[in-house]
Amino acid sequence: MELTVLGQSQTTAPEAGGCASSGCGSNDDQLNHLPEHIRAKVHNHPCYSEEAHHHYARMHVAVAPACNIQCHYCNRKYDCSNESRPGVVSELLTPDQAVKKVMTVAANIPQMTVLGIAGPGDPLANPERTFDTFRQLTEKAPDIKLCVSTNGLALPELVDELCQHNIDHVTMTINCVDPDIGAQIYPWIFWKNRRVYGRKGAEILIKQQQKGLQMLVDRGILVKVNSVMIPGVNDKHLEEVSKAVKAKGAFLHNVMPLIAEAEHGTFYGVMGQRGPTHDELQELQDACSGDMNMMRHCRQCRADAVGMLGEDRGDEFTMDKIEAVDVDYAAAMVKRAEVHAAIEATLAAKQQKKNETFISLSSLSIPKKESRPVLMAIATSGGGIINQHFGHAREFLIYEANAHDVRFISHRKTDLYCSGDDTCGDGESVLQKTINALKGCEVVLCSKIGYEPWGMLEEAGIMPNGEHAMEAIEDAVAAVYKEMGEKGLLDKKPETKQRATA
Amino acid sequence: MALQIVDGCVNCWACEPLCPSQAIYAALPHFLIDAKKCTECDGDYADKQCASICPIEEAIVDSQGEALNPPGSLTGIPPERWEQVRAEIQAR
Repeated sequence: MELTVLGQSQTTAPEAGGCASSGCGSNDDQLNHLPEHIRAKVHNHPCYSEEAHHHYARMHVAVAPACNIQCHYCNRKYDCSNESRPGVVSELLTPDQAVKKVMTVAANIPQMTVLGIAGPGDPLANPERTFDTFRQLTEKAPDIKLCVSTNGLALPELVDELCQHNIDHVTMTINCVDPDIGAQIYPWIFWKNRRVYGRKGAEILIKQQQKGLQMLVDRGILVKVNSVMIPGVNDKHLEEVSKAVKAKGAFLHNVMPLIAEAEHGTFYGVMGQRGPTHDELQELQDACSGDMNMMRHCRQCRADAVGMLGEDRGDEFTMDKIEAVDVDYAAAMVKRAEVHAAIEATLAAKQQKKNETFISLSSLSIPKKESRPVLMAIATSGGGIINQHFGHAREFLIYEANAHDVRFISHRKTDLYCSGDDTCGDGESVLQKTINALKGCEVVLCSKIGYEPWGMLEEAGIMPNGEHAMEAIEDAVAAVYKEMGEKGLLDKKPETKQRATA
Repeated sequence: MALQIVDGCVNCWACEPLCPSQAIYAALPHFLIDAKKCTECDGDYADKQCASICPIEEAIVDSQGEALNPPGSLTGIPPERWEQVRAEIQAR
């Protein structure tokens, strides 16, 4: 383990890791329509701003193990190092340990701007541990934004204390506003010293959530609402949720797919509840976006994740590794400010270029009428360019091209199929899995691709394309779309789509 | 008269601050209840607090060794309906 100390290393703006399309959101930046004071609050928050997540990092500290409700998609045996999903952590920290960890990470990953407490239980069901962490960080690391996520049950009684801690943002998970639907998601809540089951519990939870949301908005705190899309339970209902939370003043809605695998040991996993398909998720996100600012770059990270949104560097900062490290935070703050200024300069330059790109895109002679939208999958390792081998891609960015623009839709995770060791499993079946994950896409753009996957992709109706290696994603997608138009491929319907699970 | 935390406990801390007798303490491999202090919430609460928030079935037992949250009790679905509910869920 080597922890570089700032001041001994270069302070140029770090390369963006993780998801790195050059402009998720493209010419339709999701935050553009927000008032200036809100944009100022979120412009460097990777979980709120699509643009920011290419440049700034976040971390979660797992100080909050207790929970006051049970969700059917959660297993409280949270201690697992191999799973990447909300509610899972490897190492529970005391507030003092958490503060040490945050300051060490901040000194080593200067683009880390945000510290969130997200569990593994509910942060507000652990108020002492959560607030002690916030109190210490406000004092010792004032350049770090603090945020918290909660199910909302304890929010009304704690909202004033929360507001004392320099918190600009709160994320609330709201899966329903109808207690009959809630009863299918939450088997019980703990309320006023009793366990309350079923519909009655859900009714109390929903009331507290709506009350808490209102109180936060009244106090000028930005609220993002997370919803888990559960087919057959709340999928039809989430449009109504979107309308309700928007009416109350939430500023961003993040509809996430249910993660349910039998091996996770969750109720839904064990019972065989399915998650939504990519198409179902996208359809719902599109339906909600008419009413609400939608978020599409969420990676559903662990409650102890560290780094850029698409990556987790938690292993580099375990307690045994950081206990011996001494952090000169005053020096670190100076360097952090320099790095942040460099990122801001990069962003300003990019904004300039993006406006130009927009003009050049719209001047392309794409047939305006009758051409249908096309989904393309991109293999990229960062920087907003097509620079990854098909077989090395752990996730693909999905873009939609239509007659008017190119926009980022989502990311899809895939299992690496050519890692070449024993964890690889049956290569062919894993490749098939990757291809399944790309269902609905007609083109895959990558730097290179092997002979075998090329054939299988073609067979599946997905055209591999390595001709745009090292080009900017949006430009390449627009160019391929134009070629398709010239070949007359945009008039007819694509091959029948099979259902692919998100 | 005392409750006991057994193997299933996942050390989630939820019960510890609720105990009116401060009988619960962190230990390894899991939290424990001081039998001398535990009153089973008699005189303080109608429901036994640790067992009312514990998310793990069978992790807390009474002096007879009976689980306060028996298998299936925290799913909200009685065992006899389990297979029917599974079929319903898989049809979604």
